[in-house]
Amino acid sequence: MKMKEAVEKIMSGFFFLCGATTIIAVSAISIYMVISGIPAIIEIGVKEFLLGEVWKSTAAEPKFGILPFILTSVFGTFGAILLGVPIGLMTAVFLSKLANEKIAASFRPTVELLAGIPSVVYGLVGMIVLVPVIMNTFGLKNGTCLLAAILVLAIMILPSIISVSETALNAVPKEYEEASYALGATKMETIFKVSIPSAKSGIVAGIVLGIGRAIGEAMAVMMVAGNVANMPELFKSVTFLTTAITKEMAYASGLQREALFSIALVLFIFIMVINGILNVLLKKGSGSK
Amino acid sequence: MTHKLSTKRRMYGLALESAIYLCAGITAALLIILILYIFYRGLGTITWELLTTQRSALRGTIGILPNILFTLYIIFTSMIIVLPIGIGAAVYLTEYTTSKKLTHAIEFAIETLAGIPSIIYGLAGYLIFCLKMGIGTSILAGALTLALIILPTIVRTTQEALKTVPDSYREASVALGSTKWHTIKTVIFPSSLDGVVSGSILAVGRIVGESAALLFTAGTAYSLVSNYFDALGTSGGTLSVALYVYVSEHGRFDVGFAIASILMIIVLIINVSARMIKKYLVYDR
Repeated sequence: MKMKEAVEKIMSGFFFLCGATTIIAVSAISIYMVISGIPAIIEIGVKEFLLGEVWKSTAAEPKFGILPFILTSVFGTFGAILLGVPIGLMTAVFLSKLANEKIAASFRPTVELLAGIPSVVYGLVGMIVLVPVIMNTFGLKNGTCLLAAILVLAIMILPSIISVSETALNAVPKEYEEASYALGATKMETIFKVSIPSAKSGIVAGIVLGIGRAIGEAMAVMMVAGNVANMPELFKSVTFLTTAITKEMAYASGLQREALFSIALVLFIFIMVINGILNVLLKKGSGSK
Repeated sequence: MTHKLSTKRRMYGLALESAIYLCAGITAALLIILILYIFYRGLGTITWELLTTQRSALRGTIGILPNILFTLYIIFTSMIIVLPIGIGAAVYLTEYTTSKKLTHAIEFAIETLAGIPSIIYGLAGYLIFCLKMGIGTSILAGALTLALIILPTIVRTTQEALKTVPDSYREASVALGSTKWHTIKTVIFPSSLDGVVSGSILAVGRIVGESAALLFTAGTAYSLVSNYFDALGTSGGTLSVALYVYVSEHGRFDVGFAIASILMIIVLIINVSARMIKKYLVYDR
């Protein structure tokens, strides 16, 4: 009997530890990001670091301004959202309201598949197909640019937007739509004036999820954006926050390396804010039903 | 009595409906073109030599056998690490916890882990596992990092499965005099196995596709290592990392597309099997 009780105690302790591991992991990641990111920001100066327009990490007199990276990440993400959201939302509407069950059932795996493709594969296809097309269409010397990154990111965030929006649209109470039809509204009027507005918070959650994905993507962007520390311009080679880290990490040392950790901290803060917004939205969405 | 809609309303409906079909068409076309293009460029370049040798600078040939092995090693290692922790955390959340605060904290932690991008995991893993713990750039460090990345997936799918186990099972077991752990071992675990399996399949998909988190933790090496335990301590690039290295550093697009085809086949298999298990899960209950 004693033995049994001991085992019982040990197992409940083990399960508690497993649960606690998740909290420990998040805390460890946050602490390490902050500790390793702060020193370089202090040494360089907050203003010079965040608002400096020049990044020359390997020059004799190095300059560590990450404004180009921040703006590129913001513009790149915004562009991807601008393209991805309408297409994603409309596809979600198709799946939720127009397609019959058979078509929807064979369409959904497509979306899941799109989500499962590794980012390096997106990067490779972007590099081989998209970059030359952009180069030829716009008569550029080099096709690796912000536009290429935006297009790749727009495709990559589609699955998040589609699946979250579809869930939200499916959850709209049937009565709302029936009431709209009873008042004489057409199908499209019902979808766009009743269904979408009532699924709003879920759709916004999908968009925020997409923003998080886009701002955190590194490899695919690395392969198509050119990775030069320019201020963002649609047809210029640019560096994102993520690619600034990836590009130099392999050989960086000293202050340069510390500055890369500071970039990671900035990215981490962006992500945490986005996650916070997402959590609030998802709670709101599920609370209203 | 028939009412005709005004032209404006009809145009409104027509425009929106065509926009919906157009966008759904774009989404479907994107995927079909992507898959066909990758297979078109890649399948032909997969040769026996590519799959069964390692890269030789001397002969100027490229082989991805080490990368295939590294991928398998890293899948195996990270699953061994994550399964007990992930399942344990899910069991704690559904069977044990009594404190609401702690539950919220754990759930918040899981949501946060799911939202952190790979590149951050890569840096944190490098700082914590490679430097602080002194493991160095190695398969083990990569596997530990990946274990953190897939932890939310395992916890969530296991939790879903545990929630579907009816309370009457638990009550019956306890009524027969079982202790809590005995109930979990004999009643809860067997009933939640399919959830764990489907979560594991999804996790494998994530591991296979991961690159940014492995670049600094597991590295990019491509030499054959004699056995699994030696490999744990050495640097090694998985297939996705190898794709990036061959394309970006060596300009070998043929090898890139060959690996991309292999990755796509794996993704397809994972997708289909995950769906089959889901179906089985639904029929089962």
